Amino acid sequence: MITPKLTVNISGIKMRNPVMVASGTFGYGEGYENLVPLDKLGAIVTKGITMDERSGNPSPRICETPSGMLNAIGLQNVGLKNFINERLPYLRQFDVPVIVNICGESVDEYVELSKRLSEVSGIAGLEVNISCPNVQRGGMIFGKDPDLTYEVVSKVRKSTHLPLIVKLTPNVGDITCIANSARLAGCDAISLINTLTAMAIDIHTRKPKLATITGGLSGPAIKPVAIRMVWEVAKAINLPIIGQGGIMDAQDALEFIIVGASAVSVGTGNFVNPMATLEIIDGIRRYMIEHRIDEIDQLIGSVKV
Amino acid sequence: MFLTEATVIDHLEIASGYYRMILETPKISCQAYPGQFIHTRISDQYDPLLRRPFSIHRIDRKRGRIEILYRVVGKGTHLLTKARPGYKLDVFGPLGNGFKVDRYLKTAIIIAGGIGVAPLLTLGEELVKRGVSTRVFIGAKTRGLILCENEFKELGCEVRVSTEDGSSGYFGTVTDMFRDFLLSNEDISGSSPSLFACGPYSMFREVALLTRRFNIYCQVSLEERMACGVGVCLGCAVRVKGGVYKRVCKDGPVFSAEEVAWNDNSQAYC
Ligand SMILES: Cc1cc2nc3c(=O)[nH]c(=O)nc-3n(C[C@H](O)[C@H](O)[C@H](O)COP(=O)(O)OP(=O)(O)OC[C@H]3O[C@@H](n4cnc5c(N)ncnc54)[C@H](O)[C@@H]3O)c2cc1C
Ligand SMILES: Cc1cc2nc3c(=O)[nH]c(=O)nc-3n(C[C@H](O)[C@H](O)[C@H](O)COP(=O)(O)O)c2cc1C
Ligand code: FES
Repeated sequence: MITPKLTVNISGIKMRNPVMVASGTFGYGEGYENLVPLDKLGAIVTKGITMDERSGNPSPRICETPSGMLNAIGLQNVGLKNFINERLPYLRQFDVPVIVNICGESVDEYVELSKRLSEVSGIAGLEVNISCPNVQRGGMIFGKDPDLTYEVVSKVRKSTHLPLIVKLTPNVGDITCIANSARLAGCDAISLINTLTAMAIDIHTRKPKLATITGGLSGPAIKPVAIRMVWEVAKAINLPIIGQGGIMDAQDALEFIIVGASAVSVGTGNFVNPMATLEIIDGIRRYMIEHRIDEIDQLIGSVKV
Repeated sequence: MFLTEATVIDHLEIASGYYRMILETPKISCQAYPGQFIHTRISDQYDPLLRRPFSIHRIDRKRGRIEILYRVVGKGTHLLTKARPGYKLDVFGPLGNGFKVDRYLKTAIIIAGGIGVAPLLTLGEELVKRGVSTRVFIGAKTRGLILCENEFKELGCEVRVSTEDGSSGYFGTVTDMFRDFLLSNEDISGSSPSLFACGPYSMFREVALLTRRFNIYCQVSLEERMACGVGVCLGCAVRVKGGVYKRVCKDGPVFSAEEVAWNDNSQAYC
């Protein structure tokens, strides 16, 4: 019997397996600590960080939809300073790459965030969130326009030596065009997809189910969209891809890997099954043994079309 | 906090649309205390997708059991009614910060509106065990929906009930009944009672005003829609004083009434 090799290297981020947790679904690593040992994960991605603390949107912030959920958290986070001083020390204790998700209202804010985070130890990479649908300024506005994507990514690139991952929004016509801008601007990897802008109505009150009216759809409902987009981007550009969107089990994760993702992130799946990540790692390993695949690289992008 | 399979021991419709479920789950029953909740996965399919939170209604450490009491309101609770004895339910818990009972507390007041009685029975048991003299006010729409009156009486609590249609007890809401009680017992704050409340948002607001006026320390058990249940998604925000949000699942669900910004929250779920 072979012992499959699950390790992946995403542009210098060395991960013991390809299974990460998605931004905003694992806090700063502290919520599931006695169920999911952090050092079993491939990497962890923090909640989106902004320069200043943000208090977030009014409630209700979430609602369930068929096989999915809407959220409009509004990037509530502790802010850069508190993150560095209070949250990062906790994360540093674990032997796991920490990827910090950053979000700004302006190009300058992204640059400042990446500069400051590059000066501290314990951070394996940055995930530039140009895809948050739940803030009024910044976020997804950058990720919907190839020129703005280029501008923000190229400036962030110049301000950090850390591996740079750009997280894309699916709320665009041609995702390969945005991915290509990010590549040209010098990013090291692409992460997709963030949530799909969506809406739900309570027919009794005729009011939207979220206080902010619209929010972002995540969960199994978006998986086919995410698979299609990862496949498109993998065909179009030659950069490692971190696939996410509706991953609940190993089969879902394998689908992403087969269409071209080098790693996957589990988001909403953590809420439903807090052990999802560990079960997925096991499931991938079993699949590899069964199919006599000794390195995960042999699976990545192996789709037969 | 454990992620575990709990066995359904008994499951009964105790009033129209209200169910009580007894679960065998030694780990959770051992760790749980009043005011905490469990987060339950109702289907292994993806619709309903998210877990559903339920207060721990009773804790029986000796037999390794807990109970929940729930009202059928939608897809998830409807599906839950189908669980038969022997069924293994996926539960995550105990979660959250429950009621705080001061060691020197002598008298307590419990106020329950509708299904809000769910987290309060186990609290009543705890209070009585500690020798706290406990008065209970229970309100419901109509007589058939007054829950746990006998259970509280058996504990030795003084119980008063109110119904909105006057079919039993005081004619009016539970807060009206409580206000009348306060007005005729103005010296109540002399015994430094603690008040514990759970019910609809409108009830909380009034109870918060009354307890402030009569100088009674008040704790409330809040609800918000939840996803993770452990403080990581920030979905269950409740606005507190100072213009910031706290997480109902992790900072609560029990809050001091003084802390909550009662005018700034969505009224639908709290
Ligand atoms: C900490 C906590 C403890 C709770 N304890 C109890 C309890 O002991 N007994 C009990 O009957 N109920 C309790 N609830 C409420 C219970 O979780 C909801 O009634 C349940 O999730 C609704 O699920 P559903 O699928 O049947 O309804 P859905 O189809 O999801 O929705 C039906 C209606 O209920 C609303 N709703 C959905 N989720 C919640 C929620 N989390 N809180 C309030 N309303 C919601 C929906 O918006 C909708 O209006 C508690 C909630 C919280 C947050
Ligand atoms: C509650 C919640 C909060 C999120 N917060 C962030 C965030 O701060 N930054 C970000 O880039 N993505 C955020 N996301 C998006 C997820 O990281 C992920 O891209 C998306 O949910 C799709 O994956 P999933 O279907 O597995 O959840 C959030 C998603 C959810 C459900
Ligand atoms: S339900 Fe996720 S933070 Fe409370």
